[in-house]
Amino acid sequence: MYDFSYHKPASLDEAARLIAKQDEFKLVAGGMSLIPALKLRLARYAGLVDLGALAALKGIRREGGAIVIGAMTPHADVAASAEVARAIPALAALAEGIGDPLVRNRGTIGGSIANADPAADYPAAVLGLGATVVTHRREIAADDFFVGLFKTALETGEIITAVRFPIPRAAAYSKFPQQASRFALVGVFVAQAAGGVRVAVTGAGPSVFRFREAEAALTKRFDAAALESIELDPDGLNSDIHASAEYRAYCVKVLARRAVAAARSSSASSAIPG
Amino acid sequence: MPRVSLTVNGKPASAEVEGRTLLVQLLREHLGLTGTHVGCDTSQCGCCTVHLDGKGVKSCTVLALACEGGTVTTIEGLAPEGKIHPMQEAFREHHGLQCGFCTPGMIMSAVEMVRRKGYDLDERTVRKQLEGNICRCTGYHNIVKAIQAGAAAMKRG
Repeated sequence: MYDFSYHKPASLDEAARLIAKQDEFKLVAGGMSLIPALKLRLARYAGLVDLGALAALKGIRREGGAIVIGAMTPHADVAASAEVARAIPALAALAEGIGDPLVRNRGTIGGSIANADPAADYPAAVLGLGATVVTHRREIAADDFFVGLFKTALETGEIITAVRFPIPRAAAYSKFPQQASRFALVGVFVAQAAGGVRVAVTGAGPSVFRFREAEAALTKRFDAAALESIELDPDGLNSDIHASAEYRAYCVKVLARRAVAAARSSSASSAIPG
Repeated sequence: MPRVSLTVNGKPASAEVEGRTLLVQLLREHLGLTGTHVGCDTSQCGCCTVHLDGKGVKSCTVLALACEGGTVTTIEGLAPEGKIHPMQEAFREHHGLQCGFCTPGMIMSAVEMVRRKGYDLDERTVRKQLEGNICRCTGYHNIVKAIQAGAAAMKRG
């Protein structure tokens, strides 16, 4: 790892000032992706601005029909949150499946989505639930946030402060983990809300994406059987030693069906008044 | 060079480090606490697991300076001087190790697992919660048994 200067601002304003001043500075949240990349010399920065001291960026709260998760909230807190488990159990379950317990203690939702790893879990929930990414400058709709491979709509020096998830009627995440890394070989997040059904796919393409044909079919009929005749074109999907593009396309379909079935049974079991 | 001050195994510790110095380097190279091992150096194996402010972390993936003012417990600080922790005793009793290289990380993860999941751990929970720690010798069987027994022993106090 190349050396760098280390900064741990005590306020969001100070963090914004530090990161705006220097082109070669990088924000670090939990560091679970950034530090390994630095160690492998895949990345090099003159300075790191650690957001770890910003308590205001940490925490989970319900705000009307939404769950708001602070950018610096670790995965373990989301996984263990009673508030999240009540409102969006699929999100708590997704958080519990990220990496391993030691990574979940340190890794954060803001860091994960800012990194936009094509095989990360959180982007599937953010896009699948139609969440809003809140930064210190503006709000960005999930549909506009993930732009490409490790690319987001964030501008230089823009800091994510929270993610706002609208509470769906039913949702589930189904993931086929890569056995060594626990990243998603393919992961599918399905959510049914008043506006229709959304299906977000991670691990399969260069960036998380929506499976529109499946969404249309499921909006008409929210049942795994509605996906029988839907195919995902493998053209443009990832292909590597772990899985071919054709295999990933097949997995998307299988996992989408499983997610729909799980969402249906979870909404049936949680259909308690109040 | 910047200085980091923290509490390690109940005692104040301080060292001059670089921005890039990792917590595991601070522990091993500056403070001489070599019980914490570096197995893979790529954030995968969990041999370097320590507790930072009560939570299990991979100390090869935490910057030393990020721990300013924090509290760290390593395998050396798990039990009072001259004694061993019930989880360590369970690993001895159930032969939860062969070469022993991964053992400090396994034990630190196991103790934190009890904090998160309670004293009554079934086999499936232990295996699932041990995903961050890799052992190349044992096939995990006795490690799982040791953790279940160690958790039960911690309950008895």
